[in-house]
Amino acid sequence: MGNISIDIENVTVAYHGKVALHSASIKLEEGVICGLVGMNGAGKSTLFKAIMGFVKPVRGKISIQGLPIHQVQKRNLVAYVPQSEEVDWNFPVNVYDVVMMGRYGYMNVLRIPRSIDKKVVQESLERVGLWDLRFKQIGELSGGQKKRAFFARALAQQGTVLLLDEPFAGVDIKTEKLMIDMLMELRQAGYTILISTHDLASITTFCDQVVLINRTILAYGSTSEVFTEENLSRTFGGSVGDFSGAKTNSRYLH
Amino acid sequence: MDFIQWFAQGFIHWFVAPMQHEFMVKAILVSALVGLVCSALSCYMTLKGWALMGDAVSHAVLPGVVIAYIMNIPLAIGAFVFGVGSVIAIGFIKAKTRIKEDTVIGLVFTGFFALGLVLVSKIRSTIDLTHILFGNVLGISDSDIIQTIIISVITLVTLAILRKDLILFCFDSTHARSIGLNTTFLYYTLLSLLSLTAVAGLQTVGIILVVAMLVTPGATAYLLSDRFDHMTLIAMALGVFSSVMGTYISYHIDGSTGGCIVVVQTILFVLAMIFAPKHGIIAQSKNSEINY
Repeated sequence: MGNISIDIENVTVAYHGKVALHSASIKLEEGVICGLVGMNGAGKSTLFKAIMGFVKPVRGKISIQGLPIHQVQKRNLVAYVPQSEEVDWNFPVNVYDVVMMGRYGYMNVLRIPRSIDKKVVQESLERVGLWDLRFKQIGELSGGQKKRAFFARALAQQGTVLLLDEPFAGVDIKTEKLMIDMLMELRQAGYTILISTHDLASITTFCDQVVLINRTILAYGSTSEVFTEENLSRTFGGSVGDFSGAKTNSRYLH
Repeated sequence: MDFIQWFAQGFIHWFVAPMQHEFMVKAILVSALVGLVCSALSCYMTLKGWALMGDAVSHAVLPGVVIAYIMNIPLAIGAFVFGVGSVIAIGFIKAKTRIKEDTVIGLVFTGFFALGLVLVSKIRSTIDLTHILFGNVLGISDSDIIQTIIISVITLVTLAILRKDLILFCFDSTHARSIGLNTTFLYYTLLSLLSLTAVAGLQTVGIILVVAMLVTPGATAYLLSDRFDHMTLIAMALGVFSSVMGTYISYHIDGSTGGCIVVVQTILFVLAMIFAPKHGIIAQSKNSEINY
């Protein structure tokens, strides 16, 4: 059991007086993969934003590896892999440029890559199998390759906390397997990984812990303990049906 | 042979003859500089989706220009205050009311612009409204040239230093924030540059057409390139070319300089839209034939 990596203490977040998340408390250790499960609007992205420091909690406190958020940003500790829908795939940048963006936090004001930055970018691209495609404009990649490109950026950032937003939406089996293998490796290396997803079935296969969220934390703990039918129906506000059918059902939960 | 000689002479004459006038030399150099600066910025405007914002800010600077004129301070300062002020007003109204953003933008910039018109009509000075609205590069004063040069240097140096941060801000502001870049600073930097270049563009093409200078070269270059740096270079080349050609054409046909510049820019855009090697309409339709 490692040290506490993500420490969320009684956090309440509100936008213009409307509470999006209240009294949330989570402690995640190093070397843990945790699934974050909830409906749209349940507060998953609010929780991500709070961890990245984009919204300031009206109550409560968040620290990453014992540091306050502004220190966390300066040290590039939290890497975020966005949903594919959030990215402008027509933007005139190639795969290499995108992964290099993971290194900006380490560079000087002009963001001129040093040899260490180039080395880390190459390693990250090789690790996700995109080195040969590095000069492709990002829109020319397949769905799975696009995901891997942003995963490589998170690797290049070398933060030890990884936030993934719907990482398996629209990716091929090869990419899903490759990413799960890599997540397992990163867990071994002491990363703390928080995955927001609708895909309940994949969570049971590789997540150590699960957080169920619906405006507040409904339940959190080891996957087997938390994934009860009762908890899931509280999360999704109705019956999710048979557990083995969770994967198919999850498609209707959007 | 005679024809070629005649044509070559005519061609040279077309370019050289106007240069006998000092005002044309000034006009062409200033237009080229403004074209260069606006085009560089236009890449960020296009990719950030800020065309409407560019239109808003360029119109909203009008009262600032007039007030600066009355107070006898550089027009750029007044324009800067009102340009940034209009954006703050847009942000404030959007946050505090239920009105959608495009409505707020339309509402604020026309309000500012109308205030400017009232001020111009009331102060009865030597300020010429048509020059502000449609540009007057053929009659540009030396102090305006100096102002344009200062604005250009500030804009180009800022873009050169912050290039990569601004690209990241346009591409993925979430990531930019998460690694501790000050996105608020980048946002206001881009807006400030927009206000400043609006003043520079105002000299050449006028307030009404400034938005074309701030959008069209970037959009054309975007169809011609898949790398940001190439896109910027192409946009700047197109911007300078359009400005110079437009100024020449306006001299020869005795027509509106701003109008000619923007028409040339638009023609270049249409050519790129049709013939661009990869993203043009012809190339796109060929691609889809291969795929299906």
